[in-house]
Formats: sequence, C-alpha cells, structure tokens
Amino acid sequence: MARQISKKPASKTANTVVSARIAAQSHFRTLRLGTPFQPRIDALARTQDWYNWAGYHAPHSLWDEELEYFAIRSQAALFDISPMTKYRIEGPDAEALLNRVTLRDVAKLRPGRVHYTAWCDDEGFVLDDGTLFRLSPTRFRLCSQERHLPWLLDSAIGFDVTVEEETEAVAGLALQGPTSFAVLRDAGFAGVEKLKVFDLADFPHDGGSVTISRTGFTGDLGYELFVSADKALSLWDRLMIAGELRGIRAIGYTALNRARLEAGLIVANADFTTAEHAIRADRPRMPDEIGLGFMIDLKKGHFNGRRAILEARVKRKLRHVLVGLEIEGNIPAEHAIVYYKKSREVGLVSAAMWSPMAKRNIAIASLERPFGDTIVEDLWVEIYAMRELQYQKLMKRAKVVARPFIKLDRRTANPPADF
Amino acid sequence: MTSFETIVIGGGHNGLVTAATLAKAGRKVLVLEAGSEVGGAARTEEFAPGFRTSAIAHLLSRLHPDVVKTLDLEKHGLRVARADFVPSVALSKDGPPLVLHGAYGEVLTGASPSEQSAWKELRAQLLRYAGTLKPFLSRRPPDLAGMSLLESASLGQTALALKKLGKEDMRDFLRVLLMNVADLLDEQLGDIRLKGLLAFDATLGSHLGPRSPTSLLGLYYRLAGETAGVAGAQALPQGGMGAVIAAIRAAAEGAGAVIRASAPVAKIIVEKGRAVGVVLDNGEVLHARTIVSAINPATTFLDLVGPREIDTGLMRKVKNIRMKGDAAKLNLALDRPPQFTGVDAAGHRGRLVIAPSPDHVERAFNPCKYGEFSLEPVMEITLPSLADPSLAPNGACVLSAVVQYAPYALKEGWDAGKPKFLKAVMAQLEAYAPGIGKSVVHAELLTPADIETRYRMPGGHWHHGELQADQMLISRPVSGWSGYDTPIEGLFLAGAGSHPGGGVSGAPGLNAARRIIAMKG
Repeated sequence: MARQISKKPASKTANTVVSARIAAQSHFRTLRLGTPFQPRIDALARTQDWYNWAGYHAPHSLWDEELEYFAIRSQAALFDISPMTKYRIEGPDAEALLNRVTLRDVAKLRPGRVHYTAWCDDEGFVLDDGTLFRLSPTRFRLCSQERHLPWLLDSAIGFDVTVEEETEAVAGLALQGPTSFAVLRDAGFAGVEKLKVFDLADFPHDGGSVTISRTGFTGDLGYELFVSADKALSLWDRLMIAGELRGIRAIGYTALNRARLEAGLIVANADFTTAEHAIRADRPRMPDEIGLGFMIDLKKGHFNGRRAILEARVKRKLRHVLVGLEIEGNIPAEHAIVYYKKSREVGLVSAAMWSPMAKRNIAIASLERPFGDTIVEDLWVEIYAMRELQYQKLMKRAKVVARPFIKLDRRTANPPADF
Repeated sequence: MTSFETIVIGGGHNGLVTAATLAKAGRKVLVLEAGSEVGGAARTEEFAPGFRTSAIAHLLSRLHPDVVKTLDLEKHGLRVARADFVPSVALSKDGPPLVLHGAYGEVLTGASPSEQSAWKELRAQLLRYAGTLKPFLSRRPPDLAGMSLLESASLGQTALALKKLGKEDMRDFLRVLLMNVADLLDEQLGDIRLKGLLAFDATLGSHLGPRSPTSLLGLYYRLAGETAGVAGAQALPQGGMGAVIAAIRAAAEGAGAVIRASAPVAKIIVEKGRAVGVVLDNGEVLHARTIVSAINPATTFLDLVGPREIDTGLMRKVKNIRMKGDAAKLNLALDRPPQFTGVDAAGHRGRLVIAPSPDHVERAFNPCKYGEFSLEPVMEITLPSLADPSLAPNGACVLSAVVQYAPYALKEGWDAGKPKFLKAVMAQLEAYAPGIGKSVVHAELLTPADIETRYRMPGGHWHHGELQADQMLISRPVSGWSGYDTPIEGLFLAGAGSHPGGGVSGAPGLNAARRIIAMKG
C-alpha cells in the first residue's frame, strides 16, 4: 500500500512568513526617519545639526541658531512639527472620552477651537501635556510629546469612539513670527485673518485641504498647519514662495526652544518628568506641581487622576512647584541648583537663557514647597560658568516672576497685523 | 419608603455575612439579590423532581470561626460538630482505597506503615505552615502605602509566628511557599494515591496542574480553613449548603437587615466620585450612604459603575483579573445509591476523590491549557442524600461532584462539547462505580459557562478571580485596592473576588463589614 509522504508544506510556508517578516522589518535600516518635509529641510540644512525627535531626525539648527531665533521674532519662521505625536479621536463619545482622559472640560471647547491641556494617570501624575484640536463636534486631534496609543485605547473601552494614531499620515508645520499672517494671506489662504488665537479652520490646498490654527509654541503671532503627508511638499513650497519677501526662514529646535522659554511654556521630559518615564518614585509631578493646576476642572465629571489630585490638595501633599525666575546678571543658569539663603538646596533650573526680547536673564525652575510657593525671598542660583577649562562659580540672586516672560500684543491682535 | 444607610448588592453568602455584620452593628441594611433566592452558588436547589443538592459548593471546610461567632450562627441553626466530619477517600479502580479519616487525615488507612508515618509528618507540617498564614484570612491585606500602627503590629505578629516556627521550619516554610505541590509530595511521600489526592486538593478550583509553579498555595489555602475549630476538617451540612445560607440569612434578618430577592442591580449611581445609590433593572432608584458590592469585582467596576467613573489604570487592572473557571459541577439523580469499588458505608458518606496519581491530575490539566476538556477528568464526589435522606426520594440517591478540568473558554464551544464531556465524566464514574450509569434518572452538568449564566459568576469561576500568588493578598482583586474600599467613596467590595478569596468562608464579607465600620463609611 502506497504510503502518503508528508511533504511538509509547513516549512515552506514558514520560510515565506519569515521573509515577509524580514521585509516588513526594514525600519531598522533607517534608524531615524525623515518627515514628509525632509527633502526641503535637507536642502537647507547647512549645519547638519540633527537630533532625535520621537524617532525622527529633526534639526537643532539649519544655518544659524541666533538668526533662526530672530526669524521667529522679526520675520516668519517655518518649523517642521511632523514628528509631534498626533491622534485622531472620533465618534459620538469622543468628547466624553477626552473629558475622562484630560484635565480640562472638553465640553467648553467649541468645534473650530484648540486648547492646551494635560492628562494624568490614576495617581494624578502628569502623563503628558499637549494641544487638543476640536475639528468637528465629534472629531478631535490630540497632539503631544510622548506616545499614548495604548493608554487612549484602554481609556476608550466603554466609549463609542475610535482612536487612531496619525503621526505619520499627517504632516505639520509651525509658521511663527510677526509676518506669519501676511505670509499666509499672500499664499492665498483666504479668510485666514478671521482666525483668532486658538481658532482653527480648513483651507483648500492642492486639491485637498489644510487645517490652519492660530496656535504655536513661541508666544508670538503664529499658526500651525496640518496637511496630509502627500501634500506636505506643495504646502512647504507655497509658503516659502509667498514668504520670500516677508523674510520666511526654516528653523531648527534650538531657536524654537528659546522662543518657548520666553513665552514661559514648558516641555514634557525637559521641565518635568512624565509619569511613564519616571523611574524614581519622587519624580512624577501632579498638575499643581508644574503650573498646570489651572487646567483641573473639578466641576466636570470624572477624569483620570481626579481622586488623587483632590486628595493631594486636601491633604496638602503637593511637594513641588514650578516657577519662573529672573536671575541677576546675564549668564544663563541652565540646570543650576536653586538655593535658599545661599545654602539650602531647594530646587533645580530646567531651562534658562538670556532673553533678547525681555532683556532679562530668565529661567524655569522646579522648587520644593514651601520655597517658590510661600517663601520666595532670598533665593539664589549657583551657576557654573566654564571659562577655559575652569569653572567660575557664580552665586546669583533669583527672583520669582510671573510667566510668560514676554507678552507680545501681536500674538492676540485682531485682525492680525500686516508686517 | 423606608430609607437604608447601606445597600449590599448580591445575596451570596459573603453579601449576607456583610449585611448581617453591619446590621448587628446597628445599621439599616438592604440586601439586593438578583436571583429569586439568596445564597448564590451556596444554595440548595432541586435539580430533578424530588432531588435536591448544594448548587456548586457542596462541602463545608472553611466557614470562618469569626463569622460563626460574630453572627451567632449556631443560635441560628448551624450545627457542625466533630461527628459530622467526613473522610476523604482516594478511589482506586483495582484494590482498596486509601482513606483520610477525621480532620484531613488525622488517621490514614489503606497505606503502608511507612507511608502512614510519612503522612503524619507531612500533615503536621502542612497544618503548621497553613496555620502561619491563617491570621491573614481575617484581616485586610497589609496596606503598603499607608500602614496604620495596628496593621504594622499585626503584620509583626505574623513575622513573630514565623519566627516561632523555629529556624529550620521557618527556612523550610519560605523554601516551599511557592513550590509546586507535586515536587513537595515527591519529597515526602511514596504512595501515588495519596499524592494524587493531595495534588487534586491543591489544584481544585484553579487553573493550575500539580506541576504548575505555586500550586502548593492552593493546599495551604484549603488547610487554613477550619470547621468546628478543627483545621482541615470538612463536613456535609445537613440540608445542603443552603442550610448554612439559611442560618446566615436568619442572623441578618434577626439583626434587622432587609432582603429583597429578584432585584437585580443595573447600575451604581456615582456622583462626584461618590457612590450614592443604585438603579435596579426595572428602573427603580434606591439611595444609600454606603454601597457594598458583594458580587464580582469586574462586574462591579466595568458594568455597574462603568468605565467612565473610574480611572484608566484601574480599569486596566480590573480587566486583567484572570477569572476563567475550570471546574464543572455534576448533579446526578440516581434511582439507588451507587457502589464505589472497595469503599465501605462510612466512605460512601464521605468525599470520594478520583485522582489516582499526580500524573493523572497533571494529564487531566494539560488539555485545558489549550481550550479542551479532560478526557479522563478528576473529581470530588459526595453522596449527600446518604446522610440527609430529605435530599432524595425514598431509596434514591443524589450524587454531587466537582469535576476538573473543563475550561470556561472551550475551543469547540460548550454547546458541542458538553455532551462529550458528560460522556467522559460518566465513563470515569463507571470505572469506579460499575453500574452507576444505569441508575441515572437525571443528569445535570454545569460547565463554567453554565455556572456563569446561572450564578452570575463571570468565567464561571468560584473564586471570582484565580486564586494564585499574583492575585492574592495585596493584589486581590487588584493592587492598590485590596482593602475592600474602592476609589469611589462610599463603595466597598465584599465578595470572594476580594481577599482572602472564595469558598464558603464568609471571610471577605466579614472583613469588608469590619472595614466599613472602622471607616465609618
């Protein structure tokens, strides 16, 4: 009797599976991805000064840090924000979900508006901050520094909503600076003058559309533009051409980072450690400890961390405070230790610079309460200034001051001014 | 309408214990039971005309002494004495069975003299070690974040008890604590029948085989229980487990608690982080200052409270509680008492166990890992009508068996699998009690899926959550919320899903009530 021989088709299939898997894993050949604007940025990158932004290679600077900064303050600066994490949250329960996840009351966010918000874990520790765009009554875009898809998906259980990451699919640009409005108008975005701060609207572009919001990270007049990745280059070109006579310049992060510090804005995992990144038990921060207490809306329904935040407030368990400092002299106090009466260590500076706009030596620092909270006198920072291979230790007086460090009328002027 | 301070959701034995304890402390308590009768899986039910049996739990082995005392259960009709202790019989197809007499084998018969002395030593050791863990049963799990002086003191007492074991014993206790039961048995015993019985007892009601790491804990859990003051003892209550429920119910009602059956709760009303009442299936709204959920913790949070009122992290934890049962319940109405080979009359009134060796138990477990039932299942059989003729018509007999392994999520589905599994179970019974098949008047097999539906136990799991090391003590039902209170103010948990776990002990219910009284919640 003929015995059927097993041909083991399994191994053949296995091989196909393995090669398919290898083919799908080519991502490791490109360790840092480019954004949809990469061809244009590469062409302008004279300094070749790159850093890693959420897996993308992004420029620290493109040609000159100083001049890039002044492009923000005097002209129009174009900054690629495509690596920013973006989530599309859509459905009848999208508002309810976001109200449960984030601190602010999303019911108060009208369609066509944007707000700055943050979200916490069960212990009330901040997972991230970011901007929430309400694109329609039932559709939102949440932009943030860190990735949160599993958190959002788990949070969405029991809600009629879909949550999708759209970081790769959607390209983003920040156009910031006094001439930014004029650039957009000249580029033909009719009606863009109607956008007030934190407004957003869709505008036709290249057979599709671009979402423009009057938002930014500079404290200046400025806009952010979101477009599908395949229309990214045409959008870049449209802005660059229209902005040529308005001094438009592509910039890197160093310049933006200065502008944001002047505006008093904080950066997750730079000015505070996010809950999921923190390894040490005392590092995570509650919103009240990083100046985001204003977002907490106890009148709305339940939201993640509510119980813990309330308990910390009632039981006075808030141990830290984030403050703006003005420091004597002109040496940036970056990562300097903050002292009380020149001797007791009470905190650390997380960002510092000499502000050309404020003409002040400014810093953001985290202090241990009651310092920076009820005790604001007699604070000092110890600056280690490297002078030809020798540290010069400077003990400089620090004053707690309000943020933002600069307030530019043009940021909020309506209609926006034509420079 | 009368107003109540406290609403207890679920009239299972734990819910009734909580209600009775709170009522005795002077509270106005209302118990809402979804079914037409209280008692949950500890009811006595008629499953065929004239045949009654304990629904799921059929042996009393761990009703906590504090529960008996606090609720005066003896005054309310519960009487269990040494004379009621039943032996455990390790059945054998060919040859005489091995019998553990008295309280978990105070005397062992049917084994060689050397095995008897080995058993004596192992039994003493098991009871000693289980005794060290016993104080945990009647306390809240230690609260690592903010331990009170009292809690630290009682934890210190446990450390002291450990120390009292002596250096050698303490080391050995710590060595074996997380071992698998099969390895420990191999160290100390020789007789595979005895080892099979112990392997079965260690894994009964859990998703573990004897060789699964930590399976020994199940045996400790069992032996930490006591009956009539004797550790490891077990009894078949007269009137079935329903009689125990009747006593607890009498205690609750005697103290003024009101019990409403057929009142399923659809929703717990939460306002500003505080539980303020419940909505029944029929839309009726009841308010109370304290809501106690003595039902499954996952059902409580995910269905009654709803994900919108709890934090995402907690919801993740709750969703991750493993609770897929592996134990089925077989109720047989027989026209005459069965005859198990080689078993005497006293043995037939005891607990008859089919688990011929640890290997057999392990092999029975294997298929259930892959969503299949055991082809040669292991089981624990009782014939309650022999001692309590009221449970069956004259001359007839009730057989009540807990059968493993029958995975909740059977790959082929229980509609198709149930008749096949029943056949396998009956074949196994026939091998040990020839002729039993012909005496069957009615057979009722409850798979975990059936148990889930009938008794509202998700996954059909007795313990309302696997009782394994990672879901015990401070991790039961979830880490951070193991002390009966919840992130929702005024909402407490009191069911088997909370520490210490399932079985007819009343311990979670009593501990929860004590916590509520202590918190003035």
